[in-house]
Amino acid sequence: MELVCPAGTPASLRAAVEAGADVVYCGFRDETNARNFPGLNFSRAELAAETEFAHARGTHVYLACNTYPTAGNEALWHKAVDDAVAIGVDAVILADIGLLRYTRDRHPDARLHLSVQASASNVEAIRFYHREFGVRRVVLPRVLSLDEIADLNRQIGVETEVFAFGGMCVMAEGRCSLSSYATGESPNMNGVCSPAHHVHYEERGDATVSRLGDFTINVYGASETVGYPTLCKGRFRAMGKAGYLFEEPTSLDVTSMLPELEVAGVTALKIEGRQRGKAYISQVVGSFRRALDQIAAGQNAVASRLSHMTEGQSDTTGAYRRNWQ
Amino acid sequence: MSMPVNTMPSSALSAPRLVMGPVLFHWQADYLRDFYARIADEADVDVVHVGEVVCAKRMPFFDRDWPDVIERLQRAGKQVVYSTLALVMGDREVGIIRDLAEMPDLLIEANDFSAIGVLAGRPHMVGPYVNIYNEGTLRYMIERGATRIALPWELPESSIANLCAAAPDVELEMQVFGRVPLAISARCYSARANGLHKDGCRYVCGDTPDGMNVDTLDGAPFLAVNGLQTLSGTYLELSAEMADLHRAGINLFRLSPHRCDMVAIATVYRQLLGGLIGPEEAHQAVLDIAGDVNLANGFLHAIPGAELYRIPGQAQPE
Repeated sequence: MELVCPAGTPASLRAAVEAGADVVYCGFRDETNARNFPGLNFSRAELAAETEFAHARGTHVYLACNTYPTAGNEALWHKAVDDAVAIGVDAVILADIGLLRYTRDRHPDARLHLSVQASASNVEAIRFYHREFGVRRVVLPRVLSLDEIADLNRQIGVETEVFAFGGMCVMAEGRCSLSSYATGESPNMNGVCSPAHHVHYEERGDATVSRLGDFTINVYGASETVGYPTLCKGRFRAMGKAGYLFEEPTSLDVTSMLPELEVAGVTALKIEGRQRGKAYISQVVGSFRRALDQIAAGQNAVASRLSHMTEGQSDTTGAYRRNWQ
Repeated sequence: MSMPVNTMPSSALSAPRLVMGPVLFHWQADYLRDFYARIADEADVDVVHVGEVVCAKRMPFFDRDWPDVIERLQRAGKQVVYSTLALVMGDREVGIIRDLAEMPDLLIEANDFSAIGVLAGRPHMVGPYVNIYNEGTLRYMIERGATRIALPWELPESSIANLCAAAPDVELEMQVFGRVPLAISARCYSARANGLHKDGCRYVCGDTPDGMNVDTLDGAPFLAVNGLQTLSGTYLELSAEMADLHRAGINLFRLSPHRCDMVAIATVYRQLLGGLIGPEEAHQAVLDIAGDVNLANGFLHAIPGAELYRIPGQAQPE
């Protein structure tokens, strides 16, 4: 299986390449990609230089242009695709129908991958994107179980890429307006979820309150580690009980399932985290590189010991195990 | 095989029409039958949606009732639209979508790309769960056979104006009343809140027929859970914006069903469209009928969707 690794900056791109990434993925420095955070992402010149660096070492580069173009301003997204193709990236990762069509028409030789933000969760949807736009690979939404992924791979003539490690959306990606409900900014329109400039923390006696926009997302006691208020990982009250209604502050880690994913026919594993620093990238990518090499050599993959890297320092195999639902 | 589809003449200037959206919640079959009977007989709406949008597990409870409900609505002069699942997973659910191609005589609202693929070439509607954010995507849908398109909830008015201008040849729809669907998941949060899993959910989503209220730890209302779906805690209410939306080119206005008196809600919006009452009066009337709820319109005004933007010069009641 191919190891697809995040690169939020040129430094983390080089770290991923050196740690054994088969592919790095990145975005331009604007709202055309789903990690539109301050200080992150690539200028045109940076992408050109780093693509040359990666290619010289046999590593591929994918460009994520996976937000939904704004009505009246589609040209910004068109230009991003044009520039990525001109720079010579190995694939563009897209979600929007209009942008898929533009790219297929304008750059018929470009390799198109369907972003997880398109949330293609079933065989007919994937066939649609393949038939209409020649999509070669689908990044599967994190709502499918391992059995469902295996079923899909038996029925479609398209490569699949699944999330292997990092932050985990519990909602179908690209179909979630929770963030804009609370802050006015969303993954689809702005490339951000629960954006930092809408976050604030308050001290209340011994407790720390994390807030997103006007809403309290969590209240931490003195003995608890304070986390970032990602909306769907908050503690809320329903049916008279307080708790993590949607999901615990946990991260995805599929190291224990790698052989099963290979048997299920998965082509590529994606590590989440373009917002992460160099040290994190080196460690996580290195760990997955070793595990994949061990499996390729017919050995059992050694547990990654990455739990200290994960959000809330606990991890889950998410929807891949059906009891998650 | 030719597919007669009940479409109406389209024009940005055509008379505004009212739509009763699909029932998103797991209402008991008896209640649902009575609801549709009353909508057929009493509600002043032009279009009524049927079908299960949120969870395939609920379908067996009402599948055999749909033909009678559809016939009754059609006899009452309503255009009936069949809405499909928003999130389709697994072979059984894909099978449900494939069967749509054989469904005659009904306009079908496609709510995901499996349905759009299956309905290609046949006149159909594209639902608000499909991401249509720009002109290129809108034009693609029209070329593929979409005759009516309901726009996503989070769009600001500038996007809506651009989309309307780009598609004078299609009917465009927006929801103006009711909780806003914000997210859909493979995980059932009604089950989870009750200590259950989806596979053994005991249909606990049916216990909260307007959604399970989700409050912040400070006790502020925030969201509502409906099985796999997460909705806004507030009810969308766009009476102050409808005239502008209609001028821009929106010609269908959707009311999303709740357990409050939906016939009375339809009457309020009909009176507003007919100029019999003004937006302030309509807003207050909706509040009186919907009961103990907070109203919001923030998405349209490019502010947080949970907020209520007060249009300058319009004295909106609390």
